[in-house]
Amino acid sequence: MSVTRTGTAIIGGGLMGCWTALMLRRRDPDHPVLVLEKGAVGAQASGVNYGNLRIQGRHPGQLPLAIRAAEIWERLRDHVGEDCEFDATGHLYAARDDAQEIAKAEKTAKEAAAHGMTTEVLDAAALAARWPWLKGFSVASWSARDAVANPRLVTPAVARAARARGAEIREGARVIAAAHSGGAFRIETDGGGIIAADQLVNVAGAWAPEVAGWFGETAPVVPAGPPQFVTDAVPYFMRPSVQAVDGSVIFRQTPQGQIVVAGYPRGSSDPVANRAPVDPRRTLAAMGHLLRAVPRLHGATLLRVWSGIEAYLPDMLPVIGPSGTTPGLWHAFGFCGHGFQLGPGVGAVLADLLLDGRTATPLDLFPITRFATGQVTEAEHFRREFDSRSLAQARPDSAGSAADRSGQEA
Amino acid sequence: MTSVAIVGAGPAGMAAAALLAEHGLRPVLVDEAERPGGQVWRQPGAPVTPDKKRLLGRAGAADFTRVHAAFAAVAGRVDHRPRHLAWTVQDGEVFLAEGARITTLRPAALLLATGATDRLLPVPGWTLPGVFSLGGAQVLLKDQGAAIGRRVVFAGASPLLYLAALQYHTMGVEVAAVLDTTRFAAKLRALPGLARSGTRILARGLSYMARLRAAGVPILHGVTGLVVEGETRAEAIRFTNHGGAERRIACDAVALGFGLRPETQLSDLAGATLRFDPTFRQWLPATDADGRCGPGLYAAGDGCAIGGAEAAELSGRLAGWAMLADLGRTVPAEELRALRLRLTRLRAFQRDLTRAFAWPGHWLRTTPEETLLCRCEAVTLGALRAALAKPLGPREINRAKALTRCGMGRCQARFCGSAMAEAMSQALDRPLDEVGRLRGQAPVKPIPLDAALAQEAAAP
Repeated sequence: MSVTRTGTAIIGGGLMGCWTALMLRRRDPDHPVLVLEKGAVGAQASGVNYGNLRIQGRHPGQLPLAIRAAEIWERLRDHVGEDCEFDATGHLYAARDDAQEIAKAEKTAKEAAAHGMTTEVLDAAALAARWPWLKGFSVASWSARDAVANPRLVTPAVARAARARGAEIREGARVIAAAHSGGAFRIETDGGGIIAADQLVNVAGAWAPEVAGWFGETAPVVPAGPPQFVTDAVPYFMRPSVQAVDGSVIFRQTPQGQIVVAGYPRGSSDPVANRAPVDPRRTLAAMGHLLRAVPRLHGATLLRVWSGIEAYLPDMLPVIGPSGTTPGLWHAFGFCGHGFQLGPGVGAVLADLLLDGRTATPLDLFPITRFATGQVTEAEHFRREFDSRSLAQARPDSAGSAADRSGQEA
Repeated sequence: MTSVAIVGAGPAGMAAAALLAEHGLRPVLVDEAERPGGQVWRQPGAPVTPDKKRLLGRAGAADFTRVHAAFAAVAGRVDHRPRHLAWTVQDGEVFLAEGARITTLRPAALLLATGATDRLLPVPGWTLPGVFSLGGAQVLLKDQGAAIGRRVVFAGASPLLYLAALQYHTMGVEVAAVLDTTRFAAKLRALPGLARSGTRILARGLSYMARLRAAGVPILHGVTGLVVEGETRAEAIRFTNHGGAERRIACDAVALGFGLRPETQLSDLAGATLRFDPTFRQWLPATDADGRCGPGLYAAGDGCAIGGAEAAELSGRLAGWAMLADLGRTVPAEELRALRLRLTRLRAFQRDLTRAFAWPGHWLRTTPEETLLCRCEAVTLGALRAALAKPLGPREINRAKALTRCGMGRCQARFCGSAMAEAMSQALDRPLDEVGRLRGQAPVKPIPLDAALAQEAAAP
C-alpha cells in the first residue's frame, strides 16, 4: 500500500482547516500540507452558518484572536482572489428596555474599545435617527468595523487558494484512524489511504472529539445548531447586521435582498446521521422576533429553513492549542457557533504553532487540558440554552456509542 | 376518535378520504385549493362555468361527475380544510398554514397525496411572457375558463400535449401546432406494450391525436431545437423538423410539457426514503404495494409515482385500506388484490408511456450558455457549468445549489431541479443518481412571516 508523506496533515476541510493550509503555505511555500475532508470542503458548520464577522460581543479573551482574523478578512481578496460577498456592514448589539441587557450592551462596547476597536453606544433616539426601521431596542453598541460574508462561498475559495499555493486538498477522504509512534503520525482514510505526517491538526468540528479520543484526550462537545431561515427577497434597506442581546434573533440582509435570520434556542444536531433538524416552533418564534424588531417586514415570506452541526463546549469557548498528550498534535474545534469570524485568525495562529512552536496571539483560555483538570465552569447562557436532549449527547460515554452506530451504518 | 390526515384533495386524497369516512373515521383532508379535485378534476372558480363535456370530453366529464359525486356523498364526514398549505412535517406533527394562520395536526396515520407538477426543460426563450407550462395552460382553462393565448403552440414530450391541445381546440382556441419532440417510431414501438397494460387509456390518447388531425391541427413528431422567439413576449416558435429542416410557426403563446415530476418535498420532510427511478429519472418515495412509506406514513397518487388520474384514485383507495388495516380494522383481501393488480398495470402503462415520450434531457448538452436555468435566482446554464468546472467544484446537487444559488429561490427548485440535475450529470459525466437529489427544506412553499404573530395571538 502506498503511503503519502507530508509535513502537516489536517483532519477537517472546514474553514479552520483550509485557512490553516493556506496560512502555512503563505508562510512557508515548501511546507507540505495535506487536508483530509470526509465530504466536501466547507460543507458543514463552515458553510451553513449565518455569516457573522462581528468582533464585538465576544469574550474579551478572544478579542486579540478576533482582531487578527479581522485584519485578514479585510484583505480577503488579496488572500483568496475573491471577495465572497464580504461587506463591512457594521454590527449592532441591541438591548431591549431591560437593565441587564443594557448593561451588557454597554459592557460590550467598552470591552471592544479596550482592544482598540471603535464602538459607539447609541440610545433609542440615535437608533431611530440612523435606522428608523428598527424597533423595540433602547440601547445598542455599534461596531462599524464588523462585517458579514457569504459562508457558502468562503471555505471553497480558501481551499482553492490553498491548493493554488501547493497544499493538497482531498475531498471524500474520511479519516478512520490515526496514531502517533516513532515521532510521526500514521493516518488512515476509508479509501485505504495511509498518510505519514510529522504534525497533525485536528480541526474536525463536531467530529473532533473522536480524533482527540484516538490520542487519549477529550472535550465534552455538544453538537447543535441554531434555527436559521431566509426570507424571500425584499428591496434592499437593511445595512447593518443586528443581534439582540438576549440572543432571541440575529438578522441581516444579503446583497440579493433576502433577510437571513438565526434564532434561539439552538437545537441538537446529529453528526452520525448527518442531520440538523429545525423545530418549526423555533422558526415561528424567530419570525415573530424579527417582525417585532423590523415591522417593515410585514408581508415578507419565509422561504427556507436550515441549521447546522456545530460543536459547542460548556464554557462557550473553543479548544485551540497543543494536545495534552501527544507532541505534534494540535487542536482547534468547539467554536460554539461563533467560529466563522475567527477562521483566518485560527489559521494564522496554527501556522505559527506548526512552524515556530509558539504564537504571539494569546490562547490561555483555550487549552484542551482544561476539561481533564476540571477547571471548566458551565457558561450561564449554555445552561439556559441547551435542552436535556442536547446535553445527554455530551455525556462522556456517548462518544463510544456514537462510534458504534457509525460502524453499523458503514 | 383516531385521527387520520390526508394532504392533497386530488383523486388519490379524495378516494382515501371517502374510504376512511365510510369506515367511521373523520379524516382531515388538507388542500391548498379552494375546492377539491386536484389538478385533473379541478373545479372551476366561480363564476366560471365551462361546459364540462366540451372541455373534458364525454368520458372525462363522466369521470369528473363520478369522482365529485362520490366525494360529495361523504363530504359531511370529512374534515376538509381548503386553502391550507401543509408546509412541513416534524416528528409526526403536520404544520399547516391558512394564509397567516398556523395550525398543527398530530395524526395517527398520515397520507401524502401531494400530486405532481410539470417537469420543465429550459429552451431559449422559455421565460418570455406567453410561455406556459402545459399544466399551467390546463389550470387556466379549467379554473378560469381562460386561454393562454389566441394562437397557441403545444410543444414538448408528453402524451398530455394532445389532451391539452384538444381541450384548447374544443374551447375555440386556435392550436397552431403540436410539436412532439419524440419520434413517431418510438411511440409505435411502445404500442404493443401500451395496448396490453392500458387499452382504454391508449384508445383515448389515440383518439385525441385523430381528432386534432381531423381538425387540421399540424402534428409534428421528432422535433428538435425548440426556440421561443419574441422581443417582449412570445411571437413564434422555431425548431428543426424530423427531416432536418428549420421551421418557424407564428403564435402568441406556447405551452411546454415535458412530463410530470412528483411533489416529494413533504414525504422527504416526513421521513420517507426516496429512491432513484431510472425510467422516470426521478426520486420517488419508497413504498410497499399499498403505499406504506414509514411508521404511520403513506403515499399515493402522482406524488408517489406518476400514474395518471385512475392510478391516483386506486392508489388512494389502497392507501386508505392500508391505514385502516394498520389501525386494526379488517380489510377485504379480495378487493385489495384486485386494486393492486390494476394499479400495477396502470403504473406499468405509465412506465411504457414515459419511455415512448422520453424526456429530452440530453438537449441540455447543446442549450446555449445564456439560457436561464433557475428563474427565481436568475442562474444561467453557463453559470452552473462554470461553477462545476472550478477547482473543487461541486459534484453533488445540494452543493451546487449552495454555491450557485440555482434552485435556492422561491420555487425551491420545483421548476429548475430536474434540468439542473441533468445538466450536472452531463457536465460531470456522472450518472444522474450520483448527482443526488435536492433535500427537502421547510417550508414546502413560502409562508408569510406574519404567521408567527398570528400564532402568538392565538396561543392561550
